[in-house]
Amino acid sequence: MKLITAIIKPFKLDDVRAALTALGVSGMSVTEIKGFGRQRGHTELYRGAEYTVDFVPKSRLEVAVRANLLEQAIEAIVTAARTGKVGDGKIFISDIERVIRIRTGETDDSAL
Amino acid sequence: MGNGLRASKRGWSESHAPAAAVTGLLLALAFVSPAGVWAQTASSAAPAPSPAPAVTAPTATEPTAAAPAAAAPAAAPAPTAPTVVKFADINSGDTAWMLTSSALVLMMTIPGLALFYGGMVRKKNVLATLMQSFAITCLVTILWWLVGYSLAFTPGSTAYLGSFGHALFNGVVYLHDASKLSVSHLGTTIPETVYAMFQLTFAIITPALICGSFAERMKFSAMLWFMGIWLLAVYCPIAHWVWEPSGWLAVKGVLDFAGGTVVHINAGIAGLASALMLGKRQGLGRESMAPHNLTLTVIGASLLWVGWFGFNAGSAVAADGRAGMAFAATQIATAAAALAWMFTEWATKGKPSVLGIASGAVAGLVAITPASGFVGPSSAVIIGVAAGVICYLSSTSVKRALGYDDSLDAFGVHCIGGIIGALLTGALVSKDISGVDSTVLTQLWGVGATLIYGFIMSMLILKLVDMTIGLRVTADEERQGLDITQHGESIE
Repeated sequence: MKLITAIIKPFKLDDVRAALTALGVSGMSVTEIKGFGRQRGHTELYRGAEYTVDFVPKSRLEVAVRANLLEQAIEAIVTAARTGKVGDGKIFISDIERVIRIRTGETDDSAL
Repeated sequence: MGNGLRASKRGWSESHAPAAAVTGLLLALAFVSPAGVWAQTASSAAPAPSPAPAVTAPTATEPTAAAPAAAAPAAAPAPTAPTVVKFADINSGDTAWMLTSSALVLMMTIPGLALFYGGMVRKKNVLATLMQSFAITCLVTILWWLVGYSLAFTPGSTAYLGSFGHALFNGVVYLHDASKLSVSHLGTTIPETVYAMFQLTFAIITPALICGSFAERMKFSAMLWFMGIWLLAVYCPIAHWVWEPSGWLAVKGVLDFAGGTVVHINAGIAGLASALMLGKRQGLGRESMAPHNLTLTVIGASLLWVGWFGFNAGSAVAADGRAGMAFAATQIATAAAALAWMFTEWATKGKPSVLGIASGAVAGLVAITPASGFVGPSSAVIIGVAAGVICYLSSTSVKRALGYDDSLDAFGVHCIGGIIGALLTGALVSKDISGVDSTVLTQLWGVGATLIYGFIMSMLILKLVDMTIGLRVTADEERQGLDITQHGESIE
């Protein structure tokens, strides 16, 4: 089992969700976050006072998938989230030791 | 306000000017002013004094400068103090418009100004900022009834302050059985209650404007004390000087149709005093002080704009042609100023900002205020453009260069805009519309007196409050925000 953590542009969230559910992914968590990478921030001007906004808004998507679904899921996210411009985001993959579904007590693959 | 009437009297009033200045200066000294400063001002202010005739409540009734558009049609001698008249002397059209105007001007403060300022502060201070406008509205109302109205708008024993004759609205009457009611000499066709309430709304917004300069760092208790004392020691005298016909600036012929001097220069200079006295906000220049919600600010600016028709067109104290001209001048100047600010910013900084166009509109409203009943539409465009460009500079580069923290630009927009308006009123006044002449030099008297008296008195009051209860919240409280530390509330 793998955990996919994807940082994407907020307006791409719906596309990514659609692409992943089409693969049979049945759940995910989304958080609104701020951060910076190569895109860096921008400046805003209020009555001549300039403020540098270092952290830009992004969406963080967390999806747990079976190992055999990993490459397809990555491919789906990359295709859906890409605009080709700086700031498209990143995907991090990590191992999951165990998964437990709270309601039924099912574990691991059957809990996904 | 009430300039229709007063303007028509300017002919007689000017001759008394120097004498008036001297008599009252000495008496004013005893009342509220720091002796040394006033003595200096007095000597420079009144170069050729003759023994002073009594200038209070002058009996002059015949306007020497014939003013066809004058507001007083009555054949009987015009009253020089509030008086009781028959119901039949009241004009229902005027009264209806002045009731409406009073409500419009109240709307400028709550919620207009409250939202305009509230949107520009950081989120941790928005409730405290709204609270300032709201609390000032309540405090000033009570003080106005208590003594403020009387001090400002009745003739006093000097040219510097009114009497206590109408304290507690004593003499402000409506007598059903006798079919009589009182009227102010500044608006003889409407009930005195309406005139007093109309003027109240001006007395409310003036201190509320000052809040823009010390936003995000003043203690609520200190603000209440400052505003209460300031209203009685600064606003009431200056309103009396300019708007009560026996006031020394009115006698000099200073024109201020709706409050460019009394309201805006006055509030703006008090704002500068408080910005200097309180010091900068923590983290200014290092942390983001960006407005937390410009939507509120735009709504606030729009409410100010709409309400301002009560302010300016209402200052005709009649539903007449002068009100109509003031209305048109207000709208045109505001649009011109908003565009001027927007294009200046666009050209110099690359983008036409929302805050910019809203600020420009307010700058235009401020600048046209003293001129609105005295100038035509083309002059309104000139005043608007001047206000848009100059206030843009004063709120951006000039402020940064001088280093004071006028948080929301009460000084940069209201004081500077007020000065532009006051001086251009002297330059552009149309005798066809106003019935009077003025010069930039005459107007400088109003500007100078308000700047000097307003600044010194504001500094003194702030110092007094600072030495007793302290002006500023602690560093920790400022960091946490005024909402939670001053009021125990917060928004998410």
